Amino acid sequence: MKKGTLSIIGHELVPEHVVIDEIEVKELLDKYKIKRVQLPKIKVSDPAINGLGAEIGDVVEITRQSRTAGISLSFRLVIG
Amino acid sequence: MEIKTVAEELKKSGVDEAIVELIKEGFSPVELATEIEEQLEMQIGQPYADDIILMFGREVESEELNLGRIGREVNKIKVPVKIKNELRQKLKAVKTKLSKEKLDAILGAVEQKYEEAQVEPREAVGIVAAQSIGEPGTQMTMRTFHYAGVGAIYITLGLPRIIEIVDARKKLSTPTMKVMLVRDFASERNKAEEIAMEIEETYIRDIAKVEADIDDMSVWVVINAKELKRRYILKEEVEQTIKDIGTDVLVEVMGDGKLRIHIKDKSCHDLLRLEAKMSNTVVKGIDGIKRALVRRDPGGEYVLYTEGSALKKVLKVDGVDSRRTTTNNINEISDVLGIEAARNAIIEEMASTLDEQGLDVDPRHITLIADTMTMDGEVKQIGRHGIAGEKASVLSRAAFEVTVDNLLEAAMHGETDALKGVTENVIVGQPIKLGTGAIELMARK
Repeated sequence: MKKGTLSIIGHELVPEHVVIDEIEVKELLDKYKIKRVQLPKIKVSDPAINGLGAEIGDVVEITRQSRTAGISLSFRLVIG
Repeated sequence: MEIKTVAEELKKSGVDEAIVELIKEGFSPVELATEIEEQLEMQIGQPYADDIILMFGREVESEELNLGRIGREVNKIKVPVKIKNELRQKLKAVKTKLSKEKLDAILGAVEQKYEEAQVEPREAVGIVAAQSIGEPGTQMTMRTFHYAGVGAIYITLGLPRIIEIVDARKKLSTPTMKVMLVRDFASERNKAEEIAMEIEETYIRDIAKVEADIDDMSVWVVINAKELKRRYILKEEVEQTIKDIGTDVLVEVMGDGKLRIHIKDKSCHDLLRLEAKMSNTVVKGIDGIKRALVRRDPGGEYVLYTEGSALKKVLKVDGVDSRRTTTNNINEISDVLGIEAARNAIIEEMASTLDEQGLDVDPRHITLIADTMTMDGEVKQIGRHGIAGEKASVLSRAAFEVTVDNLLEAAMHGETDALKGVTENVIVGQPIKLGTGAIELMARK
């Protein structure tokens, strides 16, 4: 009756999350002239990044389906 | 993409059989395949691959730009994907009349219009968003506290619902879920009913008569076989549940759906307590789902609407589509599906609530609210316990709510106000550093 573990990846409300490497992070921060802590946050325990191997301090790239732009990229800093 | 798959795709979109056959037989050079692939990739979701084939089937007139070229040129300009797609489709319609100069002029104009429509740096987007939602909100108040429902389930709508979302309430006044189903569960009513019964919480009192008998110090449970059948519950399941209730009870199955639960050396008080506990035990279903109704969606699919919400448990039920099932409880979505899903849910819920009231609010304003609420990795309310309460400025916080408390706190901690925001500068009577006020001009010496 019950399925084992619940996978939320692929749920229509959950966009794609990818951990990006340091070079990309630097590009991003330089582009917007911001510091890392100024990014929006995501908790390390967030179900959507469960299994991505994200650690505190990493930056996650989120590919959102936007109502106005079609597809938009967004970034979140992994926090504890 | 393999040529074969390309051919397959083309056939699906209704391209002439003969052309498809030609491609399949390797008639086309590799360039053709790459060109088609490029086109298909560029125009995902817009199957006008037949046009591409037609173009390969005839001579391209001089001066006329081919479709690939138009696509590439459109890709170069700096506008969102959505606009690009629309632009490509429209340009496609007039492609025979396009020259390079005309195309450049059109694209240039589009790009310029887009840039003009963008928000200026230092624009107070928060205030614009607040007013853009607040104004329609005043129209909403008149029609407020009225409920519309899916059949017999009532859902909070209108202003109360907007307040609920913005306050990020943990306990909703009407939690509800929309449970989508998979396979034959979605196409057959009986199957859908089965799942509805499986998730709807059922107590022993719903399927049996529970009575305490003081004469022989035992509780009698008389199972209603009809109810059992209706709710797809086996008699053995009920018996097992009763046996699991406690170790200090003696359960006897008397046949004919009767059970006798005996307790030894206990008072009358204990007996009555056992009776109450017995009738309030869940036999089947998910705790929190008070009711589940089967409804047929306009798409012809059977969907369950529930009263009460338990997203995590419902998603695990076999037959439930774990990709499309949602709840109206934002906090629950944040816990189960993550912060990004919560952000999407806020946008979705607010937009649908406003839309249901016939109010047209630009999605950008709603998106801004959702972004702000989910900024810190968890859903935060807008009010004094959330966004407004975390403002850096003392004066701004004091101007919002609980003035004395805020000023007292700030005084005790010796806080300073940097006077950077809008509210605090209005209070002290200084120009606000916003829009044109953000820029200072100096005469060159």
